[in-house]
Amino acid sequence: MKPIFALSDGNSFYCSCERIFAPHLATRPVIVLSNNDGCAVARTPEAKALGIKMGDPYFKIRDLCRRHNVAVFSSNYAFYGDISRRMNELYHRFAPDVEVYSIDESFLDFTGLNGGDYAGLARMLRATVLREVGIPTCVGIGHSKTLAKLANKIAKTHAELGGVCDLTDDAIRERYLPGTPVEDLWGVGRASLAKLAGVGITTVGQLRALDPKKARALLTVVGERMVLELNGTACLTLESVPAQLQGTAVTRSFGRPVTRLAEIEEAVAAYATRAAEKLRRSRLAAVHGYVFLHTNKHNGDAWRHASKPLSFLEPTDDTHELIHAATDAIRRAWAEGFRYAKAGIVLTELVPLTHVQTSLLAVIDRDQRKRLMTALDDINARFGRHTLVPAAAGLRRTWSTKFDRKSPAYTTRWDQLPTVTA
Amino acid sequence: MAPHDFTPLLYLGAYPLPLSLPVMGTRICAGFPSPADDFMDGDLDLSRYLAPNRPATFFWRVQGHSMVDAGIYNGDLVVVDRSVKPFDGCAVVAVIDGETSLKVYRTSPRPHLGFANTSFPLLVIDDAQDVAIWGVVTWTIHRPQKP
Repeated sequence: MKPIFALSDGNSFYCSCERIFAPHLATRPVIVLSNNDGCAVARTPEAKALGIKMGDPYFKIRDLCRRHNVAVFSSNYAFYGDISRRMNELYHRFAPDVEVYSIDESFLDFTGLNGGDYAGLARMLRATVLREVGIPTCVGIGHSKTLAKLANKIAKTHAELGGVCDLTDDAIRERYLPGTPVEDLWGVGRASLAKLAGVGITTVGQLRALDPKKARALLTVVGERMVLELNGTACLTLESVPAQLQGTAVTRSFGRPVTRLAEIEEAVAAYATRAAEKLRRSRLAAVHGYVFLHTNKHNGDAWRHASKPLSFLEPTDDTHELIHAATDAIRRAWAEGFRYAKAGIVLTELVPLTHVQTSLLAVIDRDQRKRLMTALDDINARFGRHTLVPAAAGLRRTWSTKFDRKSPAYTTRWDQLPTVTA
Repeated sequence: MAPHDFTPLLYLGAYPLPLSLPVMGTRICAGFPSPADDFMDGDLDLSRYLAPNRPATFFWRVQGHSMVDAGIYNGDLVVVDRSVKPFDGCAVVAVIDGETSLKVYRTSPRPHLGFANTSFPLLVIDDAQDVAIWGVVTWTIHRPQKP
């Protein structure tokens, strides 16, 4: 039996999350801004109708938002993450296998379910997610991930489909697929688009008819796979077990330009703390990486970018080791007289903790450190992030990212529960 | 302890599979095992009890006195399950013209909402108003007095 993939994703996901506990915003335009309240990263249809584009810098649309009574939110990732978790828990009620693709998109294995009525199953799924979690979704169905993703896009852009597009249905497929522009396809970048346009291919129908060998010559093996997937041959499978973390990064833009080394050190120490937490949660240890800092390229400030490598004699997941190495490296990357806009720590090579070999030159009492790190994580899990932080990571955090318009952590903090009048 | 208190391991093979075993509550030691070990139920998980449908369950903090006759007081925490169908006499988080409030849901003579406090006036909602049910209150968590 040919596999059936469904892709379910939340409509204007971040905005829809904000509407759950603010029903008065149901018909008002809503946008959510990126880190540092920089640009619009989620928009409801009402906001799109006002001409607000994805990635529009907030300072450019501030007046427009005020004039049209647009509800503007800072990103509230703790909240969106919890809503995402709830949606995926529901998906498991409908499908045996679920691959969490991003915070608002999941692939579901529909193969052989609901007596072959996949569109019916998708409609049930949508109704349940809307009723139980409060998020409107669209579902795309196809014989490959590429088709499911495309079907999802078609469901989003054709209101008459009622949020579900099943490309395994011949009539639906022949009606909607051929005319869809190739730029709507998953994984087609600007360079590929230009190459395809060069041979006269602008629609999915044309690409689907291309000889896979020719697609390979034009766009490498990726192109060949795309043509096969468009024709209903699944080359990609569902990855319900998350791939092991290959590398990890903690990078942030500062709330304002930073000009003092002490502040950068504090920021980098905080990022190193966070990176170490991520490592311990994934049971991984860092071998190599780097720290970097740079100024703002776009505001007329003098441009400077610098990075310094990090290397660990023994793979480590220890907060203090990471802080020590990272702050040491950032001091070497630092130059006076610039207005820095962003810094970060990137760990490029990780190994599973079980593979860690102890160096002959070991100078640290590993067991004692391990107990300390466990205690640190336990306390922060129990009493909230940042309850216990290394002093190097700063107590005032003057450099901290701005989230001026953030909604409460409605579903993850006892002290921030929504209030209902009685 | 009488010998028959032990379940001989050999007998296990006679049971049809799958056989689930209780989690042992005490450490294996050289002395006598606890007679309770074969009867362990595991912890009582309050969150599972209060929220059998986790993805659909949300907590709200109550502010106000209109629901005291339903046993819901100012400052209480209510557990709201969005998957539960409203039934006659249940408390709900209602959305009236975009504003959320706690109300009692009644089905007769036709579906309507009301207060649960006899000292409050009758709730009047006209047909022009937009009314929706956000979710059904399944539990209230009330602290009798602050320690």
